[in-house]
Amino acid sequence: MQPILSCRDVKVSFNGFQALQGVDLTVYPQEVRFLIGPNGAGKTTLLDVICGKTKASDGEVVYRETENIRRLQEHQIVHLGITRKFQAPSIFANLTVWENLELSLKQKRSLWAVMRARLIKEDKEKMEAMLGRIGLAHQRHQQAGMLAHGQKQWLEIGMQLMQEPEILLLDEPIAGMSETERYKTGELIHEISQNCSVLIVEHDMEFVRNFSKQVTVMHEGRVLCEGTMAEIQQNEQVAEVYLGRRESAC
Amino acid sequence: MDKKKLGYWLFFIALFLGPLYLTEFRLALLGKFLCFALVALGICLIWGYTGILSLGHGVYFGLGAYCTAMYLKLEAAGGGLPDFMEWSGVTGIPAFWRPFANPAFALGASLLVPALLAAVLGFLTFKNRIKGVYFSLISQAVVVVFVTLFVAKQDWTGGTNGLTNFTTFLGFSLASPLVQIALYLITVLILGASFALAAALTKSRAGRVLSAVRDGENRVRFLGFNPTSYKVFVYSLSAALAGLAGTLFVLQVGLISPAMMGIIPSIEMVLWVAVGGRHSLIGAILGAVIVNSAKSFFSESYPDIWSIFLGLLFIIVVMFLPNGLVGAIESWKKSRKKSRQKGGTADAADSVVS
Ligand SMILES: Nc1ncnc2c1ncn2[C@@H]1O[C@H](COP(=O)(O)OP(=O)(O)OP(=O)(O)O)[C@@H](O)[C@H]1O
Ligand SMILES: [Mg+2]
Repeated sequence: MQPILSCRDVKVSFNGFQALQGVDLTVYPQEVRFLIGPNGAGKTTLLDVICGKTKASDGEVVYRETENIRRLQEHQIVHLGITRKFQAPSIFANLTVWENLELSLKQKRSLWAVMRARLIKEDKEKMEAMLGRIGLAHQRHQQAGMLAHGQKQWLEIGMQLMQEPEILLLDEPIAGMSETERYKTGELIHEISQNCSVLIVEHDMEFVRNFSKQVTVMHEGRVLCEGTMAEIQQNEQVAEVYLGRRESAC
Repeated sequence: MDKKKLGYWLFFIALFLGPLYLTEFRLALLGKFLCFALVALGICLIWGYTGILSLGHGVYFGLGAYCTAMYLKLEAAGGGLPDFMEWSGVTGIPAFWRPFANPAFALGASLLVPALLAAVLGFLTFKNRIKGVYFSLISQAVVVVFVTLFVAKQDWTGGTNGLTNFTTFLGFSLASPLVQIALYLITVLILGASFALAAALTKSRAGRVLSAVRDGENRVRFLGFNPTSYKVFVYSLSAALAGLAGTLFVLQVGLISPAMMGIIPSIEMVLWVAVGGRHSLIGAILGAVIVNSAKSFFSESYPDIWSIFLGLLFIIVVMFLPNGLVGAIESWKKSRKKSRQKGGTADAADSVVS
C-alpha cells in the first residue's frame, strides 16, 4: 500500500536546541497511528511540522509520495486535506457552535467566494449530521466558549471532520475528559478512521492500549521504536525511557 | 432584531431631516461630524471586528481630502495657477496635479489612493505576520512620514496651511447655503449606505471569518483560510471609507491641512470608536458624533481644558467602559433581562406557596 504521509529525516531546532533530530515516520491510509513518548520527546513538534505551524530545518514531509509539503503555508496544507486539532481547544469562543461548524465547512476559502457564500441545504445537512455525531445537537446556538471542556474538544474534532480531511492530527484529545467521554472519543476516532488516517498523540496508556493498532514511541527528538502496544511493552529501551520512568514516578 | 432595524431607519431619517430643524451653523457642524462618523465606521470594521488597531487613519482621511482639494483648487484657479503655488514661486502646474482637473479622476483618486496605500502597507505587514502593537506603531510611522512630506513640499501641497480658498464644486458655489444643504444630505446618504454595506459584510460568512481572525488568527489558518487576504481587504476598505470621508469633509469645511491628518487626529479617531463601542457599527457612528459634539461644546466654552477632558474621557472609557457606550447599554439590558426573569420565577413560586 502507498503511504499517505512520509516524514523523512525531519529536523527542527529552536535557537540551537534540537527538538527533532531526524524523525522518520510513515502513515498509511485509514490507519490510526498513536504517537507516545515522555514529556519533551517532540511529539507536538512533529505534528507542528506536518501541519506547517513549525518549519523543519531539514528533511522532507511528503504527502501521497508526490508532494513535499515542508515549505507550504498552513492553509495550503489544510487544502491538501491535512487538518490539526490542538491540545488546548481552539474553537472560536465568540461564535456559536453552529457558526463554528459553518466556518469549518469544506469550501472555497477565497475572500470573494466566502463573501457570497450562502448556507445551502446540502451544507446544512452535513452540519446537522456532524452535530449529531459529536453530540452537540442541543447546543447548536450556544456560544462555543460556554461549552464544557469535553464538549469543546468534540466541537473541535467536529470542525476538523467538517473539512473532510485525508489525515487528521490529534494532540492529546482526551486530556481532561471523564471516563465515558474518553470511551466515546475512542469510538469516534475509530469511526473516523474508516475514511481517513489519524495520527494521534496520547499520554493515557489505558486509552492507547484500548484503541491502538500501531504505536510509535518517540524519545528526545527521535523515533525509538514502532509496533503494537504488546510489542512496545516488551521493548527494553522503551521500558527504560518511558514506561519504567513512569512506574517509578508513580 | 426588527426593533433594532427600525431604530436605525429612524436614526438616519432624523439625520436626513436635519436641515428642517437645525440652524445653518449647527447643520454645518453635524455635517462635519458625520464625515468623522464615516471614518469611525471604517475603524470599527478593522478594530472591533477584525482586531487591527490602526493609529494612522488620519493619513487616509487626509489623502482623500487632498485629492478632492486639488480638484477644487484647480477649479478655483480657473485654468491658471492655484494661488499658493504663485506665492511660492512655482511657474507651471506640476504634472501630477494635472489629471486632478478632472473631477471624476479626483473623486476616484480620493477613494483609490487611500485604498491602494492601505493595501500595499497591509499586504507587507500582514503577510509577514506583523500584528498587534507592532502594526499600530508602523501605522503611526506612516503618519509621521506623510505629515512631514506634506509640510515640506509646500509648493505642491500648500505646506502647513494646507489647501483652502475654494470657490465652486462642479460649478456650484460652495458658499451657497443650498449647496451646503445638498452636501449635507449626500453625506447622510453615503453614511447610511456605508453603514448598510458594513452591516451586511459583518453578518456574512466573510464577517464571521473576520471576527475569527480577531479571536485567533492562527486558528483560522488551520481551517484553511489565509488571514492575509481578509485583513488586507478590510483594512483597505476602511482606508477607502476614510478617504471618502475626507472628500465630504473638504467639501463642507473648505480646508484640509497636514495638522488634520497627524498623530493626534489619528488617535482621536480611534477614541471616537472606543467611546461609542468598538464592537458596534452604530456605536462607532454615535461615538464620533458624541465626542465631537462634546469637543465643540467644550472648545467653544472652555478652550483651555478641552485636551484635559479628552484625556480623562479616554481613561474613563478604558477603565470603566471597555466596550464603549453601546457595550455598556447592552450589558445593562442583559442584566436587567436576567434579573427580571429571576424575579418572575420568584413571583410565581411565591404565588404557588401562598
Ligand atoms: N517554540 C519552542 N521554542 C523552544 N523550545 C521548544 C518550543 N516548542 C517546543 N520546544 C521544546 O522542544 C522539546 C519538544 O517539545 P514538544 O512540545 O514537541 O514535546 P512533547 O513530546 O509534545 O511533550 P509533551 O508530552 O509534554 O506534550 C521540548 O524540550 C520543548 O521544551
Ligand atoms: Mg505535546
